[in-house]
Amino acid sequence: MRPFLKFNKRMNVVIIDDEPLARGIVKEYLSGFPQAKLVAECSDGFEGVKAIAQHQPDLIFLDIQMPKINGFEMLELIDNPPSVIFTTAFDEYAIKAFEAYAIDYLLKPFSKERFDKAMNKGFGQKNVQLPEKLSEEAASPESQNRVVVKKGQNIVVLPVQRIHYFEAFDDYVKIHTTEGFYLKKKTMSYFQKTLEASQFVRVHRSYLLNLQELTRIEPMEKDNHVVLLKNGTRIPLSQSGYTKLRSVLGI
Amino acid sequence: MIEKNTSGKFNGLIFIAAWLALWTCIQTWLLVQYGIPLRFAVIDAVVTQCCLMIDAYAEIMMVRFFRPTKKNSLYFLIAGAVLSLLFVNVLNTLLNFLIQDIRYLQMLKDTLLLRFVFLWLMMGFIGTAGWLWLYWKEQNEEKSQRQAAEKLLREAELSSLREQLQPHFLFNSLNSISSLVGTQPEQARKMVEQLSDFLRGTIKKESNQFVSLREELHHLQLYLDIEKIRFGHRLITNVEAEATAQEMKLPSLLLQPVLENAIKFGLYDNLGEVAIMMTARGDQNNLIVEIKNPFDPASALPKPGTGFGLSSIQRRLSLLFYRNDLLTTQQNENTFTTTIKIPQR
Repeated sequence: MRPFLKFNKRMNVVIIDDEPLARGIVKEYLSGFPQAKLVAECSDGFEGVKAIAQHQPDLIFLDIQMPKINGFEMLELIDNPPSVIFTTAFDEYAIKAFEAYAIDYLLKPFSKERFDKAMNKGFGQKNVQLPEKLSEEAASPESQNRVVVKKGQNIVVLPVQRIHYFEAFDDYVKIHTTEGFYLKKKTMSYFQKTLEASQFVRVHRSYLLNLQELTRIEPMEKDNHVVLLKNGTRIPLSQSGYTKLRSVLGI
Repeated sequence: MIEKNTSGKFNGLIFIAAWLALWTCIQTWLLVQYGIPLRFAVIDAVVTQCCLMIDAYAEIMMVRFFRPTKKNSLYFLIAGAVLSLLFVNVLNTLLNFLIQDIRYLQMLKDTLLLRFVFLWLMMGFIGTAGWLWLYWKEQNEEKSQRQAAEKLLREAELSSLREQLQPHFLFNSLNSISSLVGTQPEQARKMVEQLSDFLRGTIKKESNQFVSLREELHHLQLYLDIEKIRFGHRLITNVEAEATAQEMKLPSLLLQPVLENAIKFGLYDNLGEVAIMMTARGDQNNLIVEIKNPFDPASALPKPGTGFGLSSIQRRLSLLFYRNDLLTTQQNENTFTTTIKIPQR
């Protein structure tokens, strides 16, 4: 493990924070590192996604609480994320995530010394863990109510009410909605754990169902059952899924 | 006699019946000792005890609705005498009607005065006992009510403390100051002053104190100025208050969390510039404050504004005014409106 300081190569940095003064102080402290080049300043996650795609930075400074999508949600949208140093004021729920995921986290307001320490810390290395491994503990309060997805170049914030069901799809999860499906690199168990258990039920190893969409449970041959959705889609029910569904519905 | 549930009522009836039966037996025995035939003695005892019971009931009701005090206790004594007199007459009439034995009626006539004094004495005794019992019951009720109120108050104080701390706001403001120190030291100093004034205002105010809208707006302006420095050009605020509303009263620090909530939702649910509007006006009996913030219906969280900020305001208003309809929210198109009505006493 080598510190950045001894890195000969130039290092591209992006700052993502919705408060201009908060970006200002990172910029100021960063000027002490001549090899670090600030390539973009972003005031929200949408700009952040764009800037990261464009500049392929080595390091980003990332705030958590930002307009529309938070820092974690932004990271989930990036395929090959750079090293991250979180900068945040007070997010109890996020501390665990920092420890699991980021190189370091800076609690605002932070000193120059603390900043230098973060810069010198984990170095050069990419983050060990990928965003989809970001533990469920790190789920922000927002992630109970919405899922942020990307379709082509567009970023869509989906309120959970608009989601019909989740379907396992290799390394991805297919999120089915009225206007089609979206793909997200997450696990089924992540959604099962973060979303409200009274609203989303794992009816099958590969399916997580929004109860609002259910109209009927239909028998199939040999003790098997399927669920009929409001839009006419049929979803298979596993044995344990059937039992779970019945207990949630109270039948 | 004033039990709450039916099984309690049933037990009470059994108790009264047993009490009546016991004293009927005792009186019968007593009368037989004086040479009254058993048949007459039983009738006499039953009628007497029934009269006594009705009399006692009247006395207790009287105590219940007109509390005896030092000043009016004489009236109760007199009232007891009047009641006793009345019931001795009833007793006399009834027994004369039921028993036509000359020897017995003579005895009745001889003992009427005695019976009157006995009834009067019993009235005094029952009235006092009933009064003591009611007093004890009320003390207990008052005590448990007071405890419940104290508990609510403590909880409210705790939650308002938590609100006032606003760690997110505080640390972000300090971070802004730290940033300004390097680039614009004068501005940094100004922000330190604003933040100190704001914090002082927050700490100074007691939670149930009422202040004028003018004072509250001054405090809010400090808060808004700080938030504007933090968010730069993104945050636009517009505060308008009618002249008539300026001197109206409201609980201190009531509006700040609502405004904070509006700013939070406005800024985190939208990109670019966000305008927060606040208007205050007064009608005859109420101060009406409206706070508007933009939101995006496509991605808005299910219930914007039922977060910590608003539910605690709702609770505080209902603790202060005993009403649940003072805080209302409304969504149309892209605007979320929070309306607060504050009754003027």
